[in-house]
Amino acid sequence: LTERTNLAGVRHILLVLSGKGGVGKSTLSTELALALRNAGKRVGILDVDLCGPSIPRMLRVQDSAVHQCDSGWVPVFVGQDKAIALMSIGFLLERPDDAVVWRGPKKNALIKQFVTDVAWGDLDFLIVDTPPGTSDEHISTVETLRPYQLLGAILVTTPQ
Amino acid sequence: AEVAELQARLRAVRHTVLVLSGKGGVGKSTFSALLAHGLAADETKQVALLDIDICGPSIPKMMGLEGEQVHQSGSGWSPVYVEENLGVMSVGFLLSSPDDAVIWRGPKKNGLIKQFLRDVDWGEVDYLIVDTPPGTSDEHLSIVQYLSATHIDGAVIVTTPQEVSLQDVRKEINFCRKVKLPIIGVVENMSGFVCPKCKNESQIFPPTTGGAEKMCQNLNVSLLGKVPLDPQIGKSCDRGQSFLAEAPESPATLSYRNIIQRIQEYCEQHHLQEEKII
Repeated sequence: LTERTNLAGVRHILLVLSGKGGVGKSTLSTELALALRNAGKRVGILDVDLCGPSIPRMLRVQDSAVHQCDSGWVPVFVGQDKAIALMSIGFLLERPDDAVVWRGPKKNALIKQFVTDVAWGDLDFLIVDTPPGTSDEHISTVETLRPYQLLGAILVTTPQ
Repeated sequence: AEVAELQARLRAVRHTVLVLSGKGGVGKSTFSALLAHGLAADETKQVALLDIDICGPSIPKMMGLEGEQVHQSGSGWSPVYVEENLGVMSVGFLLSSPDDAVIWRGPKKNGLIKQFLRDVDWGEVDYLIVDTPPGTSDEHLSIVQYLSATHIDGAVIVTTPQEVSLQDVRKEINFCRKVKLPIIGVVENMSGFVCPKCKNESQIFPPTTGGAEKMCQNLNVSLLGKVPLDPQIGKSCDRGQSFLAEAPESPATLSYRNIIQRIQEYCEQHHLQEEKII
């Protein structure tokens, strides 16, 4: 019941993917969120890059802490008008230089929790930033999001 | 028994260097390929390049070996040879088409990495270079675990100057410390661009927090060198040619050569120290 509530208010879910690292997925996710917000939309960002979470720093909230409410994790609100909802594992690290050295099964468990336990509220767009590759994070994210309003994927590349 | 198998296979490997980052797209594979070429320039040295980036294996293309298949012989899997003294192994060789996605979870990836180490017949090797994917996950834990059967001289960590990269690289440095993997040093890639026409230097990725130099100072790690951007590097990689051979006069080539030499010196010293202990 909590699952339905947390993502039920999200109208469109967009995945930002690549395969290749360092092409600008996180940068694009951030800029897309800011642009959509500027256009008056209600926006959220979910950063499922567990090993290299870049979004908090890009939005200058790398020192934020997160807490829980009755319906789950409360996202961190960012942007000029503090209206973009952000959840990233970056917020759960005790020290920003701590490496998240986890094998697949543990990553999968956390992603499931992220996806279904964040109290997003009503959003027009939820942008999901992913790490490079086609592995655990990607499989788990798509599997967990499939029952919801998954609009599609944007693929980022560089010319070479 | 597994450990013994790995030990036996890797017994004839003198030096092992891991190329890591934490951050994607900073030039790990490019660096690994050029390190391999640079070391193999000495024809008396036998060099092996192992690509354990299972989702995004770049090494076959960079070494001009796309489309090559792996053959099995009585003594195991045969690496694909670029030169007589430079052999390569990558999951890329096992795919029927270069666009096939390898969508595997951790345990299956670990299995393949173990197989690479156990079943590839490298022969006698002076330098085994291991190119890794970005991150600090299954592949990295596994390779360190499996290679503990032999010894790893150390890790070379690649970064670009901007804080978004350094952030991930600091984690990688902590990972190395956690698993007791010695750090040979850090390479700052894409460090400035000199226009071939007007000779002005631009910082394409500005080091807003002091770049790799400051990070190395703070974390007490060696900075092996800085490599500038050169569009020829990307071209050579796409065409599977050695940039060092195609652009011998480039400032980037000079940087690479200096860095490769420092890595060699580190490995030789390491070896001497080990021999002293024995």
